[in-house]
Amino acid sequence: MKDEVTREDRVANLKGLGCSRKRVEDARFTQGKGNYVDDIKLDGMLFGDFVRSPYAHARIKSIDTAAALEVPGVLAVLTAADLEPLGLHWMPTLAGDKQMVLADGKVLFQGQEVAFVVAEDRYAAADGIEAVEVDYEELPVIVNPFEALKSDVVLREDLVAEDGSIPPGAHGPRKHHNHIFTWEAGDKGPTDEVIANAEVVAEESMYYHRTHPCPLETCGCVASMDKVNGKLTLWGTFQAPHAIRTIVSLISGIEEHNIRVISPDIGGGFGNKVGAYPGYVCSVVASIVTGKPVKWIEDRMDNLMTTAFARDYHMTGQISATKEGKITGLKCHVTADHGGFDACADPTKFPAGFMNICTGSYDIPTAYLEVDGVYTNKAPGGVSYRCSFRVTEAVYFIERMIEVLAIKLNMDAAELRRINFIRKEQFPYTAALGWEYDSGDYHTAWDKALKAVDYDGLRAEQAQRVEDFKAGKTRKLMGIGLSFFTEIVGAGPVKNCDILGLGMFDSCEIRIHPTGSAIARLGTISQGQGHATTFAQILASEIGLPADSITIEEGDTDTAPYGLGTYGSRSTPVAGAATAMAGRKIRAKAQMIAAYLLEVHDNDVEFDVDRFVVKGAPEKFKTMKEIAFAAYNQAIPGIEPGLEAVSYYDPPNMTYPFGAYICVMDIDVDTGVPEIRRFYALDDCGTRINPMIIEGQVHGGLTEALAVALGQEIAYDDMGNVKTGTLMDFFLPTAWEVPNYETDFTVTPSPHHPIGAKGVGESPHVGGVPCFSNAVQDAFRPFGNTHTNMPHDHWRIWRTANELGLHD
Amino acid sequence: MIPAAFEYHRPQDMAEVLAVLEEHGDEARVMAGGHSLIPMMKLRMADVPHLIDLQDVGGLSNIDIGDDSIRIGAMVTQAAIIDHEGLGAVAPILREAALQIADPQVRYMGTVGGNVANGDPGNDMPGLMQCLDATFTVVGPEGERDIPAREFYEAAYMTAREDDEVLTSVTIPLPRGGYAYEKQKRKIGDYATAAAAVQIENDGGTCASVAIAMTNLSDTPVYSEAAGAALVGTSVDDVAIKAAVAAMLGDIDPTEDNRGPVAFKKHVAGVILRRAIERAWSRA
Repeated sequence: MKDEVTREDRVANLKGLGCSRKRVEDARFTQGKGNYVDDIKLDGMLFGDFVRSPYAHARIKSIDTAAALEVPGVLAVLTAADLEPLGLHWMPTLAGDKQMVLADGKVLFQGQEVAFVVAEDRYAAADGIEAVEVDYEELPVIVNPFEALKSDVVLREDLVAEDGSIPPGAHGPRKHHNHIFTWEAGDKGPTDEVIANAEVVAEESMYYHRTHPCPLETCGCVASMDKVNGKLTLWGTFQAPHAIRTIVSLISGIEEHNIRVISPDIGGGFGNKVGAYPGYVCSVVASIVTGKPVKWIEDRMDNLMTTAFARDYHMTGQISATKEGKITGLKCHVTADHGGFDACADPTKFPAGFMNICTGSYDIPTAYLEVDGVYTNKAPGGVSYRCSFRVTEAVYFIERMIEVLAIKLNMDAAELRRINFIRKEQFPYTAALGWEYDSGDYHTAWDKALKAVDYDGLRAEQAQRVEDFKAGKTRKLMGIGLSFFTEIVGAGPVKNCDILGLGMFDSCEIRIHPTGSAIARLGTISQGQGHATTFAQILASEIGLPADSITIEEGDTDTAPYGLGTYGSRSTPVAGAATAMAGRKIRAKAQMIAAYLLEVHDNDVEFDVDRFVVKGAPEKFKTMKEIAFAAYNQAIPGIEPGLEAVSYYDPPNMTYPFGAYICVMDIDVDTGVPEIRRFYALDDCGTRINPMIIEGQVHGGLTEALAVALGQEIAYDDMGNVKTGTLMDFFLPTAWEVPNYETDFTVTPSPHHPIGAKGVGESPHVGGVPCFSNAVQDAFRPFGNTHTNMPHDHWRIWRTANELGLHD
Repeated sequence: MIPAAFEYHRPQDMAEVLAVLEEHGDEARVMAGGHSLIPMMKLRMADVPHLIDLQDVGGLSNIDIGDDSIRIGAMVTQAAIIDHEGLGAVAPILREAALQIADPQVRYMGTVGGNVANGDPGNDMPGLMQCLDATFTVVGPEGERDIPAREFYEAAYMTAREDDEVLTSVTIPLPRGGYAYEKQKRKIGDYATAAAAVQIENDGGTCASVAIAMTNLSDTPVYSEAAGAALVGTSVDDVAIKAAVAAMLGDIDPTEDNRGPVAFKKHVAGVILRRAIERAWSRA
């Protein structure tokens, strides 16, 4: 006798929402069967690579390519002079600025692209690069944005009028020839007044150092211009393939239907692969010139030194409160170092991204933010390294200001947070700097976290440790790092979010096959997030077909619907919503088909897991598989054959994931070596699609947070030389440096998202960096420390101890 | 990260190696594991028109433990040092140090000979070999000669080995007493911020002999005779250790780099040496 199939069995069979389904991508990745850009090999393919500037600021007097052209295998050497007739020697940046594709008369940062050598293979290209002779005249170098704003040295002559005046930039008036923009949020006057009259004011200046996303796979592309049919195919490490297609069309003049952009497997992006790089333009031009496919792949040093950096924010804050610790006002000024070109990847109206989320998780009635963007002789970029548009900077700022205020008030920092959290009943909550937080329950999350780690017990242990240290019984201090973050992700509503005029909606197109399996295509592109796994789960729950029967495809602009790509935790909030909405369209049609097949009215059937049943008669039903077949083989009056749907989703609001993190660290004051004893991470990302993937995302994000907080940086010397251009000096943690993470969660669904999901990819990074940093700072609090800048590598921790007089 | 073109030689015996060296002079370099030389070639910081791969040359991969010395062939890998059963018993400091070099992948390729011959001040084996009073055997057109490790290093990448000579083996007197190799680094795979090798003998509570060498704190490894002298004849108490540290600080000459400024490095060197002495003494 056949076992009864229960409703629970049917739910489990779908592997839908909430299932820790194994990643379908991993079979190919773990067997070396992935297909990355550098795996693409085409007949006759050439290889291009750059001559790069050794200087951070120099005039180019001449470029002699004759010797390079003599190198066996070298076919062409492109310079700005070759690109100028095509109007391609400069290109627009995502931030409304323009950037040299190849050095046009001068270079503005070390590693800048000067000439593009095209050769039969990468070895010949490398030899050709050596043979190009460039005559540089060194110019004064500015690597400090504060100096840049005072200096007579003009970095961007192209942005100064002939009469010496400074025309406005893409984001309004400019104060100085090295100034890019000033961006404000909130009310200056009232904020100044609140702070001037406050009972307690804490002030701090902090530098969130420049770092780099450093994806495992560097950036690259293969451009192939088919001169017979006029079609350009461009494979690349693009986090936003559709936007790249539009940009390529706009700057090249090739009609968009003749351009096919393909993002194959991508080995991590973290924001590094959002922007457009000179390598893309040069590869396309080289393919057009030679009529052959051209590949360009960065090496690790190219990637670290020249493609999009992250952070580099000098932040000054004032926070005011009552004597009891109720926060009354917050003021923040940022001097933002953008490097030689403003190539930040931010929505057009937000030149400092969503830095105005810097009131954090707290009910702060009055606030003001001002950001000044500045040019320096450093590489351009300014991307959201695992954070939506400067949210890491904002959260770091407020989570440090809270700690500084706690010190000023002589209060426990956990309690200070608690009494200032936005309360559950205040949501939706409009913050002083403009954002409307969709939902949250901060007190519940905080209490759960503090209880999980026995916070009071930790503080008692720490107090004893301080006594022991003072008594000479130990040389290790103990730090307790706290962080409560509110994220802003899912960019975003088209009414206020666009990039280069492209609204930041996203899309999903579904085709159900006659036998009850499906393919869904999206405008996003996974770089490791596991979209092929999770989007199938969303759809499984919506349309009642097993996730295992649903193929998810992304990244080919000839087949996928238009979308703005994957970064800033936007895929689940935007494309995930589009997927659910497209699924509901499928279901609506399926309902009509089911009613026809069951010979009842449409309203007399209801959806139940994987089928439509006649209301009140559950034994009468049609499964989705049966309905799919009927859609293709039966003539149903009034209903078109087939079962397909497409949805373009413009989110009504951002989503606001949040979380509570606690780190316990022991610090050797003599060597500066920190040891992470414990890390607890509670995340609330709304509805949880795949708990296993969430946990993986949290582990990865925390590890990148550890890296940034404890040593990872792009450092320059005074001459503008990059000091951390290899993985010897650029800190990428290995399993050895990474602690055990304890993960936890609460669930506060987003009220406006179709399935209540909020996104999680960047949360652990956003919340993790201040948590690790606060742990280091907290260890030294009993000895008078208020703030020290990251990265907290051994020598800087040692310096803190030294300056506090903790060495003999 | 692509080297300039070079000729690849893979001789089958040492005579052939020496012949290629003689023919091409300073245009030729021998390669053992390649983990120092190849990155330098890829960065085009080392120009090596003729690369001589030693892997087919026989007789360079043995570890021979004698009655009073250990002979390690130049092509013995760090991994082989770690895995060798007898070596851990007679000279445990070798294993302790090798385990702190780079990462497992590098240790499968990186060799003792390459590590000591290259003259990179960041390498761990040179300081260790100075501590152990090892002797390096090199062979050249004039035949074999022995060079004490303590006299081998002249400056960064400059050694007593001539361009036409090949380092073939390292001979170490059987170490006696307690040992420690203490290393601070920023992460796995990094060179030392500071490292100390200590081998010490305890004669009834008094230090009978000790050898101390420091790594990556000068442009060569630093064998600190003065630091050792400060301990011999003492009970290795706090006063003696302080004196040893002070003496060592007089011998090192660190420079600022991404690991930190000079003051930090000196401080850490002192802490690391103290820990190494204390651990070695506890084992003596």
